Amino acid sequence: MRYIDVFNLAYRTVISHKLRSILTALGLIIGIASVIVLTSIGRGVHSYVLSEFTQFGTNLIAVFPGKTTTLGLSGATISTVRPLSLADAVSLSKLDSISAALPLVQGNARIEADKKQRRTTVLGVGAAVPEIWKIKVAQGRFLPKNEQANPRAFAVLGHKLSVELFAGRNPLGQRIRIGSDRFRVLGVMEKKGQMMGYDMDDTIYIPTAKALDMFDREGVMEIDLLYNSKIQLKQVEKEVKRLLQRRHGREDFSIITQDQMLKSMDSILNVLTLSVAALGSISLLVGSVGILTIMTIAVSERISEIGLLRAVGAERGMIFKMFLSEALVLSFIGGVVGIFLGIFIVQMIKFAMPVLPVQLAWFYILAAFIISLLIGVIAGVIPAIKAAKLHPLDALRAE
Amino acid sequence: MIELENIHRTFQVGEQSVHALNNINLTINKGEYVSIMGPSGSGKSTLLNVIALLDQPSSGIYSLNNQIVTQLDDNQLAQVRRENIGFVFQFFHLIARYSAAENIEIPMILAGVPIQERKQRVADALLAVDLQQRATHRPDQLSGGQIQRVAIARAMIMQPQILLADEPTGNLDSKSGEGIIELLENLNQKQTTLVMITHDEALGSRAQRIIRLIDGKIV
Ligand SMILES: Nc1ncnc2c1ncn2[C@@H]1O[C@H](COP(=O)(O)OP(=O)(O)OP(=O)(O)O)[C@@H](O)[C@H]1O
Ligand SMILES: [Mg+2]
Repeated sequence: MRYIDVFNLAYRTVISHKLRSILTALGLIIGIASVIVLTSIGRGVHSYVLSEFTQFGTNLIAVFPGKTTTLGLSGATISTVRPLSLADAVSLSKLDSISAALPLVQGNARIEADKKQRRTTVLGVGAAVPEIWKIKVAQGRFLPKNEQANPRAFAVLGHKLSVELFAGRNPLGQRIRIGSDRFRVLGVMEKKGQMMGYDMDDTIYIPTAKALDMFDREGVMEIDLLYNSKIQLKQVEKEVKRLLQRRHGREDFSIITQDQMLKSMDSILNVLTLSVAALGSISLLVGSVGILTIMTIAVSERISEIGLLRAVGAERGMIFKMFLSEALVLSFIGGVVGIFLGIFIVQMIKFAMPVLPVQLAWFYILAAFIISLLIGVIAGVIPAIKAAKLHPLDALRAE
Repeated sequence: MIELENIHRTFQVGEQSVHALNNINLTINKGEYVSIMGPSGSGKSTLLNVIALLDQPSSGIYSLNNQIVTQLDDNQLAQVRRENIGFVFQFFHLIARYSAAENIEIPMILAGVPIQERKQRVADALLAVDLQQRATHRPDQLSGGQIQRVAIARAMIMQPQILLADEPTGNLDSKSGEGIIELLENLNQKQTTLVMITHDEALGSRAQRIIRLIDGKIV
């Protein structure tokens, strides 16, 4: 018996009771479609989060005070830790492999301008912010270079803060008060939006040294380094480490590369996608039970047909193949229709809710298709064995 | 070509054992026309099923074309049935969802005959049973006599040497029954060995030889 005939017979049997086949395949269709939709959302969230993370620019290394073994951003937990200083940042920026260094201090303070005031995030930074964080200055200019140690009291406003404080008036050159200190507005940043739930526009940038004074800190919280992309990350890491070790006399700092961060993010998000896929697979299980049920019914309905086929010379193996391929045809149809339905729903979501990050996950689509065929095989095997085992004469007599 | 030696067939039903065939010795030659007659329950169908290799005797030796077939395995039996034996049933046994042509085609599909050849042979077979106008009709659109002719076309499509029929006219009115018998006898004229069970004395006596069974024994 030729395989093409086996499948042709199976296909004709399946389409000969259309409604029943559609209802049977429906379970699988819904299962496959939901796997596709769920994994597309998982995949979308994945690339959304990763792009949020690289939005700050790439080729970044961050140095934190204190030695930690995990990724946790532990501050000066050990009392003997020497804080990271502005001088550390200056000397790091002089390394060949480093193109810019940004010593960072963060805090909260009340900002006053004329009669308006607002509590907001204060970022003590260096001149390299536009370069390292990939944020442009919309108006005026950013903090001046070469004023690390003894900077003038300049401030640059985030977009939202500028709107809140000055409401359309030109903020450039205006005097403002941060806490109790007086600053002059030098520039306004472009709109950047949310960054992992943190509003980048509701901030004010002042020189690091000023922020250290303002928040009464000994050292900076973090030094962000932009490295030369032509140099190997490992090499850069080694140079940074060697320099700081020399300056501090031991390794009392941690280096986290963006690469490491992306990698761990990536693996967390992969687990997320995998678990929604697993969730969708529950409906696949339901679909496979449907096929198992209908194939069991099909065998008992067609016992006399099986007897006839055996009488005219069908071997057990042929009967087995015929029934197995019916289950396969059902699951193939369910799989294909489910894939199209899933892709269609994903496109609809994209169209209806453009803010929701969805992205077709082809790996999971392929996997869903293969799984649907596997389901056909698994759900078809037992009824097919039952059919093949029938004794020709007993089967002929049945009715 | 068909040689049965000391064939017994017993059925175990609970405590009771039924001796359906009791020491059958029978030889049927190529091209013969044999009818099997006897009262209900005498073992006619059991005998035909043994000959058709649908049932295995409890003891005894059956050789077909000088090959002992009592020890063949299931797949070999299926192959012998496919290639040597055509069977016509009292209850037709057509597959309801297939057309007349497709029902006739089935044994060739099982045997792996290429599709072009199948189509040609089905057309010829439909012509031979005078149903060329009914090729695409499904069984529920055919009369009893037409259904049985489709069944005969199906039984003959692999050109077997042996045609077995278990009361082929049992469910037909006498007029269409007559047509079926003529069709079978025609095939017998073309050297097909024909073995037919019947209850009808008139039909039975048309055969070259009548085998009478009573209580599983040939008398
Ligand atoms: N599968 C079976 N299990 C048990 N007993 C059986 C079985 N098949 C046949 N028999 C018994 O064997 C005997 C012969 O049955 P068989 O069907 O050969 O009779 P028959 O001559 O064809 O009768 P009829 O003319 O009514 O068709 C009967 O007594 C029957 O009850
Ligand atoms: Mg009988």
